[in-house]
Amino acid sequence: MIELIIPAIISCILAFFVVYFSTPPLIKILVKKNYTVKDMNKKENIMVARPGGISIILAIVVSEIILYGFFQLNEILAIIITTTAAFLIGYVDDRKVMGGWFKPVTLAIAALPIIFLGAYDSNLTFPLFGDVQIPLLYLGLIIFMIPITGNTINSIDVLNGVASGFMVIASFTLSICLFILQNYEIAIVSLPLGFVSLAFYKYHKIPSKIFPGDSGALTFGAMYGVIAIIGGVEIIAAIALLPAVINSFLFLASVKRVVEHRQIKGKPVEHTDDFKLKATNDKTAPVTLVRLILAGGPLTEKQVGFVIFKLAIFSGILAIITAFMMGVSL
Amino acid sequence: MKSGLYSFLFAMWGLIIIGGGIMVVLLGPFSIQQYGDFHWIITSGIKVTIALILVVIWILILSKLKNYIFKKELKF
Repeated sequence: MIELIIPAIISCILAFFVVYFSTPPLIKILVKKNYTVKDMNKKENIMVARPGGISIILAIVVSEIILYGFFQLNEILAIIITTTAAFLIGYVDDRKVMGGWFKPVTLAIAALPIIFLGAYDSNLTFPLFGDVQIPLLYLGLIIFMIPITGNTINSIDVLNGVASGFMVIASFTLSICLFILQNYEIAIVSLPLGFVSLAFYKYHKIPSKIFPGDSGALTFGAMYGVIAIIGGVEIIAAIALLPAVINSFLFLASVKRVVEHRQIKGKPVEHTDDFKLKATNDKTAPVTLVRLILAGGPLTEKQVGFVIFKLAIFSGILAIITAFMMGVSL
Repeated sequence: MKSGLYSFLFAMWGLIIIGGGIMVVLLGPFSIQQYGDFHWIITSGIKVTIALILVVIWILILSKLKNYIFKKELKF
């Protein structure tokens, strides 16, 4: 057991502190280079540094390389390659406005190393009912999973601290589930994601000093997707991600096509005089999770964030219950 | 409103568990052997088709459920 605990501690400390110490200088560099965007939910004209994905990917790569030194698993290589590719895709999108097709297609390509490295098991495991063998279908699932998780996390990156805070809850839930299922090596490999998200949340929480950008959000989402595949916990991962899935589902069900948020003209949310968030009555605007939360009345940005975190904790509990149900067979 | 969101989350969870069960029961034992070396490709192709149909049904149910739970809020 000690051979697992030491790498776990080292990688978690590195994951946390690389983000913790690299983000402040990154903010300074980004501000100096004028890589900033307006925080749309603030009354004053506040400019925030972006993208923070640089410190996120740095911490993930460093901690996973350390873990590879201990375990030499192809699964770790799959995490490093696919997550780095997702970061680069996001970085291109941060720097240059790309078409709606760009992220899904390139993220699907980024998923290929998982297949080439053989870092997956084609059995899909369901709670209570057991496994189903779907060799060909599973390859399709891998190709779809990374664009879905990447874009799902990207789609909830709408308020200060929400994407990173949500990832803290979802990724630690996934790690707990992997420990419950006694998949210890992958559980340890998954831990850096939670610690990276936690350290980044310190700078991303309201009032944000830095935004993760597409590069950060896609890095979070892609790594989460890879862990789900290599750990064989696809169903549990989907459950832990349900609030973000609902957001994407509501959005797609209302606009009825795959489209970039910036291409949508109608505004789902507006500001009250005291700068609280309020749902609009615009019928052309997409239905989103935030809009649905605000249907009950105006709330501050912080209050909306906490509602999303509570939903994430609820789905995290459902995910943990599901992990226990994996051991039960009808 | 918030209780509606929790209900929707819980319903989605239930649908995943039930949908998974149907998938295991329907797809798990399914196999075609009479096509020599290509039987696994044909079996997988049929499994893919059934899985896609199940996903479409799942989305339709979810959509109905969304309209039912959020009928007040979705009058934007």
